Amino acid sequence: MTATVSDTTAETTQRLPFAKAITEGLRAAMRRDDKVMLMGEDIGKLGGVFRVTEGLQAEFGDHRVVDTPLAESGIVGTAIGLAMRGYSPVLEIQFDGFIFPAYDQITTQLAKMHYRSKGRIKLPIVIRVPFGGGIGAVEHHSESPEALFAHTPGLRVVSPGSAHDAYTMIQEAIASPDPVLFFEPKGRYWEKGPVDLSVGPRVEAGTLNKAAIARAGSDVTMVAYGPTVATALRSAEAAAQEGISIEVVDLRAISPLDTDTIVESVRRTGRCVVVHEAVSYMGPGAEIAARVTERCFYELQAPVLRVGGFHHPYPVAKLEHDYLPSLDRVLDAVDRVMAH
Amino acid sequence: MTDLLHHPLVEFTAEHAPLQFINERGERVENQQNAQFVRYLEHLNVDDLKNFYRDMMVVRRFDIEATALQRQGELALYAPLLGQEAAQVGSGQALAASDMVFPSYREHGVAHTRGMDMAKILQLFRGVDHGGWDSFEHNFHLYTLVIGSHALHAVGYAMGIQQDARMTAQRDAAAQHDAATQHSDAQAGAHFGDADAGEQGTTQPQADASSPDSASAAFRGDTSQDASHTGQAPQEAVMVYFGDGATSQGDVSEALGFAAVNNAPVVFFCQNNQWAISVPNSLQFKAPLYLRGSGFGVPGVRVDGNDVLAVHAATRWALEHARHGNGPVFIEAVTYRMGAHTTSDDPTKYRSREEEAHWRAKDPIDRIRLALEAEGAWSETDDAALSAELEGFGEYLRGYVRSLGAPEKSSMFEHVYATENVLVSEDKAWFAEYEASFVDAQGEAQ
Repeated sequence: MTATVSDTTAETTQRLPFAKAITEGLRAAMRRDDKVMLMGEDIGKLGGVFRVTEGLQAEFGDHRVVDTPLAESGIVGTAIGLAMRGYSPVLEIQFDGFIFPAYDQITTQLAKMHYRSKGRIKLPIVIRVPFGGGIGAVEHHSESPEALFAHTPGLRVVSPGSAHDAYTMIQEAIASPDPVLFFEPKGRYWEKGPVDLSVGPRVEAGTLNKAAIARAGSDVTMVAYGPTVATALRSAEAAAQEGISIEVVDLRAISPLDTDTIVESVRRTGRCVVVHEAVSYMGPGAEIAARVTERCFYELQAPVLRVGGFHHPYPVAKLEHDYLPSLDRVLDAVDRVMAH
Repeated sequence: MTDLLHHPLVEFTAEHAPLQFINERGERVENQQNAQFVRYLEHLNVDDLKNFYRDMMVVRRFDIEATALQRQGELALYAPLLGQEAAQVGSGQALAASDMVFPSYREHGVAHTRGMDMAKILQLFRGVDHGGWDSFEHNFHLYTLVIGSHALHAVGYAMGIQQDARMTAQRDAAAQHDAATQHSDAQAGAHFGDADAGEQGTTQPQADASSPDSASAAFRGDTSQDASHTGQAPQEAVMVYFGDGATSQGDVSEALGFAAVNNAPVVFFCQNNQWAISVPNSLQFKAPLYLRGSGFGVPGVRVDGNDVLAVHAATRWALEHARHGNGPVFIEAVTYRMGAHTTSDDPTKYRSREEEAHWRAKDPIDRIRLALEAEGAWSETDDAALSAELEGFGEYLRGYVRSLGAPEKSSMFEHVYATENVLVSEDKAWFAEYEASFVDAQGEAQ
């Protein structure tokens, strides 16, 4: 059930930074299928601004790891044409805040082609988006726009919470016949974790949409994804010192949502806190709270609480640690649900 | 040809008159400009000209029938192409069957030239599907309603054609390399080198593109001549149709950029029908549209879009240019939207009767008919046969549209994703239960 891999498993397991786990996932997918090609700004010779595609152009050539013009709509739009021709493009949008020039292509074209063609045209495109804050960046480099895409039928929206999941989920996203928005927690790129390199895509098992219990607990269900999974695990560690047992659900996907796993947990704990960096208002936590309330109304001991971004644009770097869901803010929410 | 590829940026003047072969009086035109394109019409005989006329008449009948069906309430909406028949039929007939077309939403005439049953288009306008034809049955993609978006899809598809060629060359090279290794054949090494050069996409000799024989072969979709040279030239081409309005969209500019740097085999076919709903050319751009590609390194040509022969010649040139590895081309077909933008539009609010009369005199169908009559190529028997065909076609369209019922309600949940998706299946299950709640114990809907 758990996404994490014990450090002591097979020889195929290595400790890799999150970013390099994605690199290895991309490499495995490209070796498996020569129709898989990478496209994006500065991803070839430079290896991407975060070096996630480092070394891949040297291995696969400049026609499979393609440096594109600086035009996000152009990247997604041409990828749609390539996919219609039978290719599986994996696109890199350099930063979260730069996805908006491609928003039209993603929502009006990519998301709808399978539906409007009555299933005749499949667009197996993955859009990788380094997202979230905590890296001291300038404007437009720390945002969490995932809810905007989860709100669009036809797209899958996922975000790995561990290095091992990053490695497997990128392969599963590439193998998926549906378009996938793959949000990478850039603030965690250099955190190392165990990665079992023998694991390939498990699309048939549906793991791309299956939430994981990252830590078992009995008092509070804490729902997180991407960058806040680590925050949730740390807060669970801290709460345990005070005798509060937190169960951490790593969603992996916010579209579709694995409601069953959340509900099963909340029915046991009676309390639920959702943690994400995205703005709280109309954010993924709102949908989760609604679903939990609908299905766990009589089991709930306290209202579902959300810990997320405030309703203002992402702040300047000097203030971002007051904006992001910190350990203290998450524990404050735990205290409030426990007070009921 | 070279001077056509490098236009100075100039004001829109009579000096830059569009390419023309038949003027509005149906007279043949001969001038220095069209002399360069004559060879693209040399294969045509009288029957071909008569077929252009017939096709344009069929397309116009479709337009008349569809407009009437909308007025009768049988269609929710219709986007007429009245006045653009030559631009669509002339260009569509220049395509090979293996070429891929990315239409906007008014290319009913192009659909006809691809062999598609135009009646299927009316499913979209009746509101029974979003254009549910198979894009690959006639290599005619679904309509795209978001202006200009599909230009990028067309370029990506053309890049895919190039990628296919590269991968084939790599496999061939690898196979030859293996053979060379096994048999120590010194010749094989040389072939391997050829294939590598082909990867750059610049090995196609210019001579190929200027050979009338090869142009003719390309028109027929016979690409064996290309293969006989190097086997690396893209043998398929892509054509994207859009209007003057779309040129204001960023996606069209991005598409030109991507196409240019990739040397992609794609033709940008712009039907400048003068109006983007109520917005005239003067509010959209200052430089003539056929120059739009020049800043990107994409050659352009302006053609009289109401002259089916001029359109046909220019398009054949452009497709030949693209499919021989010489990169994209931009065609501006100057035409006029004689009807409304759609059946919901009212052009009397924004343009004059004088302007409409001016363009009515340039009707693309009248001039080819006059030309055929002047050449004694159109008889009363031809006319009677065509009239009977059109009557039958009209009857077929009316019957087809009226027979289209609403799709099954549950079909709205289908094909959202290619794989099972719990968000869709939850909603679908809820809706089925909700619908069932209206049925009484006897199984009757309440």
